[in-house]
Amino acid sequence: MSSVPPYVRFRGVQKSYDGEQLVVKKLDLDIQRGEFLTLLGPSGSGKTTTLMMLAGFETPTQGEILLDGKPLHTVAPHQRGIGMVFQNYALFPHMTVAGNLAFPLKVRRMSAVDIELKVKRALDMVQLGHLAQRYPAQLSGGQQQRIALARALVFEPSLVLMDEPLGALDKQLREQMQLEIRRLHRQLGLTVVFVTHDQAEALTLSDRVAVFNDGVIQQIDTPKALYEHPCNSFVAHFIGENNALPGTVVSVSGAECRVRLADGSEVGARASTALSAGEPTSLSIRPERIALNVPSANSLSGRIEELIYLGDHVRVRLNVAGHEAFTAKVPIADMHDDWLAGHTVPVSWFSHDASALDPLVHH
Amino acid sequence: MSEVSLTAIDHSTDKNASLKQRLLRAEGSYRRRSMLLIAPLLIFLLISFVLPIGNILWKSFDNPEVVRALPTTLLALQGWDGESRPDEKVFVALVKDLKTAKDEGQIPSLIKRLGYEDGRYRTLLTMALRKLPDDGVESTSRSLIAQSTLWAEPSTWRSIQRAGRTLTAYYVLAAFDHQVDAQSGNIVELPKGQALYLSVLMRTLWMALVVTLLCVLFGYPVAYWLAKQPSSRANLWLIMVLLPFWTSLLVRTAGWIVLLQNGGLINHSMIALGLIDQPLQLVFNRVGVYISMTHILLPFVILPLYAVMKGISPNYVRAAVSLGAHPFRAFWSAYVPQTFAGVTAGALLVFIMAIGYYITPALLGGPGDQMLSYFVAFYTNTTINWGMAAALGSQLLIIVLLLYWVYSRVTRPANPAQRA
Repeated sequence: MSSVPPYVRFRGVQKSYDGEQLVVKKLDLDIQRGEFLTLLGPSGSGKTTTLMMLAGFETPTQGEILLDGKPLHTVAPHQRGIGMVFQNYALFPHMTVAGNLAFPLKVRRMSAVDIELKVKRALDMVQLGHLAQRYPAQLSGGQQQRIALARALVFEPSLVLMDEPLGALDKQLREQMQLEIRRLHRQLGLTVVFVTHDQAEALTLSDRVAVFNDGVIQQIDTPKALYEHPCNSFVAHFIGENNALPGTVVSVSGAECRVRLADGSEVGARASTALSAGEPTSLSIRPERIALNVPSANSLSGRIEELIYLGDHVRVRLNVAGHEAFTAKVPIADMHDDWLAGHTVPVSWFSHDASALDPLVHH
Repeated sequence: MSEVSLTAIDHSTDKNASLKQRLLRAEGSYRRRSMLLIAPLLIFLLISFVLPIGNILWKSFDNPEVVRALPTTLLALQGWDGESRPDEKVFVALVKDLKTAKDEGQIPSLIKRLGYEDGRYRTLLTMALRKLPDDGVESTSRSLIAQSTLWAEPSTWRSIQRAGRTLTAYYVLAAFDHQVDAQSGNIVELPKGQALYLSVLMRTLWMALVVTLLCVLFGYPVAYWLAKQPSSRANLWLIMVLLPFWTSLLVRTAGWIVLLQNGGLINHSMIALGLIDQPLQLVFNRVGVYISMTHILLPFVILPLYAVMKGISPNYVRAAVSLGAHPFRAFWSAYVPQTFAGVTAGALLVFIMAIGYYITPALLGGPGDQMLSYFVAFYTNTTINWGMAAALGSQLLIIVLLLYWVYSRVTRPANPAQRA
């Protein structure tokens, strides 16, 4: 990846709105051509600000952004040729669908014939050719979303930014649109920077996900690596379900370490960044990586507090090492009839499925 | 609410009633109670708004003076052919009526009313009243005609007949610079020297238009700027915008005189700065009226515009810029069209208020800057000519209603959702 020069590069970018607080603290980020990168994080984490700086609607307080090797601050926002899909679509309500789509082409002084052709092609691309003469207010949310997408693509930008474009849609429509966006990304060879706070959406769509918190990228990785190997407790908690057991590091040997839990039991885990013996830690294990009734090296005993039958799996809430909200997701096939609230069962996982991370500050 | 649903259940057992009847009955008590709640306002509006306006509209056609003062004369004239000299009995009836009217104090209004038909009738009547023929005189007609030959002319009697109808178009015609010719009875334009109201009406509309344009021109950027401010600061500035409302109109107008007069602050400062040598004439002319009216009416454009602009997401302009439009073009084609509803609302409000302005032009304008309301006030306060005041007032009312109709036509297709 590093041999190809990045298409977009943030170098030491900072942003402050009020001169007191940094919304984006220090941003170094490379985006490859053709990549689908998602900026994921809670609200106020700096992800939208990052997108707006790339689009040119905000100016970095420090640092620079390069697009295809050229510093962006020398290019006016309307000359950047970056497609953008906005939250709530920002379709012009006083123009028809065709008028909306023709706008970027008219601005570029294309001939009427070309405009008509391109508008038609863009509408066909999102399968809404029959709605050309409607006004945005006459369209459903999903249709508006498609038109917004078509408008951002009609002038053939190679970089497209999307700011929580699916936030206003219901679940079913959102999943449908996710597939549509994936298809367009692949079909047109676009570079997409996508902002969302919905982790499932981020995992579904992206080649890589950058997890933002407090104005800093916590981790940038493929969806699988993020989920399986979170680099800190924030990422482990923000993405997917997570069991966090507080403990102390006993010993570290390479990538492996031993952790002593609150009740005195000792377990093995993957050692994340710079942890040394004696330090407090938080052990992170995904609920689906936990086995019940299978004794192994990393075995603790847990008392069943609650069972929820969900058809394809069963959720078991246990009290493990003094932690009452320890959750295991067990496939139905592995379920035992004698699991009842109050029973004690062996709780186990593989060492490489547990990560010893930075201790949780609050909780 | 629970009471309503209970009655609904009661009636659901009644199988004979149709669904519509049952619905009406079920919602009847709810509707009656709602009516009761808005009744005070309805009654208030009826008494303070509908009745006075109706009364004024009526007054522009009402014509009671001659009917009241000369009942027997009008009765006697009924058999008259309108071409020849009336019978002796008409003259007798007139003298009798005039005597009664004199006793009942109806003479001044009668003279005033007949004077509207033709100025000569004033002296005619005054002369006749001074020397009313006695009952014993041989020929009443001869003694009257001896005073003035006008009594012999059929047009005089036709005028009395015309003025003796219970309703008259005189005031409305006059408000549009027309009259019924005393000789021929046709509707004709007033002679050049007397024609006034059409040009006043045009002047009123023109001045209101200029003030409206100025208000939109100045108000639009202010509203835009306010809508961009964080809401805490915007509220503070909105108070500034509203501040003029807390001072009386008279005080504000007087304030402008102080500022704008020849020795006033503005002229003084400009001379001191060496910008001008002679003081500019800024007050007691059209300029002063425009300045002051724009100042007073500006909030009425800013407030609706602000409300509309507050609801427009900044993303529209951003979207247009991201699509390649220069920021100015993005503003012009993505933002401005969305504010049309606010512009129309504000401009219409200002225009309607401006055409009714009276105090400001009266105090800050010259004689050639007076608007229609000045003449309404003139007729109500100075000459006590209610008919004329009412006709001019109705003229304004009709213009406002027309504008409102235009406004509703213009704004309807602006909402594409309703176009479907």
